[in-house]
Amino acid sequence: MSHHIVLRVVAKLLIPLILLFALYVQFHGDFGPGGGFQAGVIFAAALILYALVFGLDSARRVISPDLLRVLMASGVLLYGGVGVASLLLGGHFLDYSVLASDPVAGQHLGILLVELGVGITVTSTMLSLFYGFAGRGGDG
Amino acid sequence: MLLGFLVVIALAVVRLRNLFAAVMLTGIYSLHAALLFISLDAVDVAFTEAAVGAGISTVLMLATLGLVGREESRPRGRGWLPLTVVLVTGGALVFATLDMPRFGDPNAPVHTHVAPRYIQDSPNETGVPNMVTSVLASYRGYDTLGETVVILTAGIGVLLLLGGRRRDSDEDEGPR
Repeated sequence: MSHHIVLRVVAKLLIPLILLFALYVQFHGDFGPGGGFQAGVIFAAALILYALVFGLDSARRVISPDLLRVLMASGVLLYGGVGVASLLLGGHFLDYSVLASDPVAGQHLGILLVELGVGITVTSTMLSLFYGFAGRGGDG
Repeated sequence: MLLGFLVVIALAVVRLRNLFAAVMLTGIYSLHAALLFISLDAVDVAFTEAAVGAGISTVLMLATLGLVGREESRPRGRGWLPLTVVLVTGGALVFATLDMPRFGDPNAPVHTHVAPRYIQDSPNETGVPNMVTSVLASYRGYDTLGETVVILTAGIGVLLLLGGRRRDSDEDEGPR
């Protein structure tokens, strides 16, 4: 893979932009199209591009499969945790209005956290799917 | 027009014996579906379709091709039973669409049930301008939680099947 100089340079230029776009989609999902799911997929796509161009082993050094497994679960935990937190604060499960003093602000905070949980789970699941498939066939 | 392209691409995918070309065509199919969703003003869905269908799943299928080889083996038999099942199911679905209200009909049940309430109240209740996000994450929060759990479950299933036991084989480069 070391001789694809054009591919490497272009990927180096593109990957930060894709990551930035994924974060934009994640946190701007309240105002424009997008949200946790789309952002997670785009984020994973950037990391998969990295793995394709620079090799699976260097991608594993960036994010290890073990970390991914923890992240997969923690995204769902964050989502459920928001629900439990709103239970503890006296509301219904996943009723974000009680999360802040102002119901609208609470809704906003709740949606942001929940979307973040979705994004984390989707990113890490997609990436570990890719690791799983590519890791079987020798060098990805 | 776009629908016609979809049909042509689908037929091409069915006819092709070269799996690599078929995978590429399914990616193109997803991009066309995304365009179709955009023309229906479903930007969020189009976004997902383009990212997942054309992006990730193409890469995953290519990775699978790396494992199984790129030529499809000759099918055995003619498969009249599958054809019958497909035709009957397709016919039933087309028959069901005859009962559906016309596209964009303001009196359709989907537009008279909870949708007006969401459209009128959700900007004030959630402070989120993108109604799709507020419905997904807040009003339908349970569903989205379920979807996230489904993704996690699918990921766990694939990890169990394909094995995460590669970590200790970094030195000897795995089974192959």
